[in-house]
Amino acid sequence: MKLIPLPDLGPHPVTEFDYGGEQSRPPLVADDATWAAHVFNRTGAPGVLREWWYHRPTGGWYLFERDTAQDRFLRSIPVQDICYELPTDTSAV
Amino acid sequence: MSSRLTPQPFEWIERARPLRFTLEGEAIDALQGDCISSALWANGVRILGRSFKYHRPRGIFSLANHDINALFEYVDDTHLRGDVTPVPAGINLTACNTLGGLKQDRYRWLDQLSPALPVGFYYKVFHKPRWLFPFWERLLRHTAGLGQVRSSWRRRITPKWYEHCDLLVIGAGPAGMAAALTAAEAGADVILVDEHPHIGGSLDYQWTNDPGAEAPRATLKQGVTAHPRIRIMTATVAAGYYQDQWVPLAGPAGIAKTRSRALIVATGVIEQPAVFRNNDLPGVMLASAAQRLIARYAVKPCERAVLLVANAEGYRAALDLQAAGVELIAVVDLGEPAERGPLASKLAATGVEILAHHGLYAASGKDRLSAVSVAPLGADGSLDDTQERWLRCDGVILSVGWAPAAHLLYQAGATLGYSQTLEQFVPLELPPGIQAAGRVNGVFELQAQIEDGRRAARAALAELTAATDVASEIKTSGPASNHDLAQYRDPNAHSHPWPIVAHPKGKNFVDLDEDLQLEDLLQAAREGFDNIELLKRFSTVGMGPSQGKHANMNAIRVLAKVLGKAIDETGSTTARPFYHPLRLDDLAGRRFRVHQRSALHERHEQAGACFMEAGAWQRPEFYGKAEQREARVREEVAAVRGALGLIDVSTLGKIEVLGRDAARLLDAAYSMRMTRLKAGMTRYALMVDEAGVIIDDGIVGRLGEQQYYLTATSSHANATYRSLTRFALEWGLQVRLVNRTGQLSAMNLAGPNSRRLLAELIDIDLTDDAFPYLGLREATIGKIPARLMRVGFVGELGYEIHVPYHRGAELWDLLMRKGQPYGIRPFGVEAQRRLRMEKGHIIVGQDTDGLTTPFEVGMSWAVHLKKPFFVGQRSLQILKPGTARSLVGFELQPGHGWPEVAECHLVIVDGDIRGRVTSVAFSPARGRIIGMALVDSEVAGLGRTLPIRATDGVLVTATQVAMPFYDPDGLRQQADVQRQEVA
Repeated sequence: MKLIPLPDLGPHPVTEFDYGGEQSRPPLVADDATWAAHVFNRTGAPGVLREWWYHRPTGGWYLFERDTAQDRFLRSIPVQDICYELPTDTSAV
Repeated sequence: MSSRLTPQPFEWIERARPLRFTLEGEAIDALQGDCISSALWANGVRILGRSFKYHRPRGIFSLANHDINALFEYVDDTHLRGDVTPVPAGINLTACNTLGGLKQDRYRWLDQLSPALPVGFYYKVFHKPRWLFPFWERLLRHTAGLGQVRSSWRRRITPKWYEHCDLLVIGAGPAGMAAALTAAEAGADVILVDEHPHIGGSLDYQWTNDPGAEAPRATLKQGVTAHPRIRIMTATVAAGYYQDQWVPLAGPAGIAKTRSRALIVATGVIEQPAVFRNNDLPGVMLASAAQRLIARYAVKPCERAVLLVANAEGYRAALDLQAAGVELIAVVDLGEPAERGPLASKLAATGVEILAHHGLYAASGKDRLSAVSVAPLGADGSLDDTQERWLRCDGVILSVGWAPAAHLLYQAGATLGYSQTLEQFVPLELPPGIQAAGRVNGVFELQAQIEDGRRAARAALAELTAATDVASEIKTSGPASNHDLAQYRDPNAHSHPWPIVAHPKGKNFVDLDEDLQLEDLLQAAREGFDNIELLKRFSTVGMGPSQGKHANMNAIRVLAKVLGKAIDETGSTTARPFYHPLRLDDLAGRRFRVHQRSALHERHEQAGACFMEAGAWQRPEFYGKAEQREARVREEVAAVRGALGLIDVSTLGKIEVLGRDAARLLDAAYSMRMTRLKAGMTRYALMVDEAGVIIDDGIVGRLGEQQYYLTATSSHANATYRSLTRFALEWGLQVRLVNRTGQLSAMNLAGPNSRRLLAELIDIDLTDDAFPYLGLREATIGKIPARLMRVGFVGELGYEIHVPYHRGAELWDLLMRKGQPYGIRPFGVEAQRRLRMEKGHIIVGQDTDGLTTPFEVGMSWAVHLKKPFFVGQRSLQILKPGTARSLVGFELQPGHGWPEVAECHLVIVDGDIRGRVTSVAFSPARGRIIGMALVDSEVAGLGRTLPIRATDGVLVTATQVAMPFYDPDGLRQQADVQRQEVA
């Protein structure tokens, strides 16, 4: 069974996790086609992916870079690196 | 016991413990420690099974858990492999694949038909004419398949447990034992596992007569047995490799799921057959099988043997047979005996005829071997059959090559390549944490195997100690990179590159599991299946119960030759887990299903609730006996509408949202505005995903400037908590979420009398001005601290009351007791569903599906597109102009006489599916059946008919009506019902 290396808690079995999918930032200002691509298209080709994993026992989200061809977890990414500011007024949309 | 030998030094049998079983009615005397096949062979039985397709007689071939033609069954079990299953005392065995017994199998005639049944025959013939297919299918299903399933079998429950170790060594032969000992001496915690009942591996059947093996045997066996850091698990199969050194070890007691930090695969090699005519006759067997028979069971394999050899091991086997009293008629060497080392000279000195550069052309005999023909090999490697010469014998012993038992290495992601030197696949690159040692790694000499085991252990430990995450007491010598995997490999080939002889009459089997002859593979290749994976699937080579353990290597050699390619270019197939078949009852284990119970579960039981599953929860569907369902549900509905009802809603998700950015989080996560919500008020909350599809709904209440409390649907509670936590991270918000779903009990007190009852018990003012509709208050009921929300899912004046879990039952009891004068009655999920449907409230997941947007269910009022941002906003902006589907209400005229309409019945207009019924039930308020249907917008319209196809295909005509069906202005929830007339 796969072990996932939690940055603070060490390796934990994959059965404790929910897969959260590829991390991506919604294109807040974009044409319909770009938006639709963001909503519906996923990176399926093997390679290094940034993914969300939810650890149920601790209720925490983790971001990892994973080599999906080898199924290897390469590193964990601080969430601060990917945060983005919510739009505060309607003109941004 | 005709062919039992004098005691052998390492035999597994216990001569003082005889026992008896029967085979198809015939009594067989055996000894404790025998396997079924050894006991039968000792008693002179030569037909142990019938082959899969042609029902040819088969005997002992490998005696290594790959003899899948010798399968047995009895009333309690099937698929017992004769070559490994311990003799079952007192049991009457029958063979698996016969019609009428081993000797008189009535399917024997299939063998005569074999020329008419070429490879791929089934695919090409039995589908035409089409009307005959059911006949053929029944016939084939009856004829094919091994063993019989009897549902009356005794149930056997085996546990699963977990094991952990630094190092897992698979295979307790010389290399594995040396590896285990080296690692344990360096301080590692080791598990040593072997599929056989005793450790020793090839040391105890191949090296038995070698004086040089005595010292290492004693050192290794005693060493691993005595070492406190080595746990030995025998009769246990390492069934497969799963990620991060996770290996199921399947033994007699069940499966140990084992996590090791490093793994050494010392699984050895699987002896490979030679292919010639009638190479499957009972009496033809692998040299290692003959050696196992002698060394483990003290059974003489045959009286007069001819050996076919292509390696030094063949001469060792010849000497072992001689020592066991077998007369050697001839040793036929596919190559040059002078290159086989000292054992060949030793054998030659005994005067046995050794034929250099000869091969076997054909074997013959009725039901058992009686003769074999030899012929010289030409310069091109083919046999010169004009010089065929027959030798009388009852045993043909094959020693022409090996294939690595590299299954776990492949599964772990190792790269293997074909070594021209060894004529064998060997590991080239190993993934982290995996080592290979011994013959699986191409190391054949005994001392070299031991050294290779030590090397592998040192390499594994160096890798372990280099890992920075674990503190370790393991002492190592040098970094892992200094270890050379190929250091101890043999300089000579132990396998022949082409142990295959064509014959015009065929019956030269490549795959004994599936009865595939050389011609079948050649034919498949000619038909264009020129890739090993295609060849395998078309011909089924390697797809039988042994999974090609003796067929794949020769099949690859055949295909390579046909294609004119090297073995490496032809490739090999990766055998998936399990290495050997595992018992289904070992895999299945016990049913383990967790139910969640609310704090009020016992109260529901006492009230006679009929429970239903709602996700992980057990919830009361209604209170009463199953046969009273409809009447009880209607009474419960009537109680809520006319007096007072109480329902347990503890299953709702309950989440606290605290902090500076709490309002921003909820504003962006839900489609309605949450920032402007006043403290002490609640608001309906609808959550959509990025595609604009409804995924959850609930209530968001504001307790203070930076404090919100929300509910989510029962089934989506954890998902909502999960989504909100992730949003908070992604948006960098200062907010803290607490999932209190399990901490709090919740119940909904609903009905015109709810306020009057509550007013008696509560310490706050309940008047409309003090606690308005949609208000949120904290108060004390009796002595119980509670949070109350005045919401109306069921459409009556009502209060949702949340209290600590351990006070839930107390509150329930209080309300039920004090509510008696007000006609209180507990109601279940079914009554609630009907009550809310009368109000036109949707249930997410029932009235919506994976594509439903708020616009389609008439909830554009819950979507504030002018907000700066919310999840799914952009998609909803795009989707708003054209709503393809609509959720409509419908009703059936009373006394319609139509069959029952149920959820998921289809709406059919002019023969086309235009939607489906999502909710339907009898409405007491309307005195008729009402429902909701999600339909194409073109067929929606008030007053229009809605044809619904009910059970049996009858079209029921419903009429579309406006929703809500009941109290459309919501007066009953908002005004003081005391002053209203009850509807």
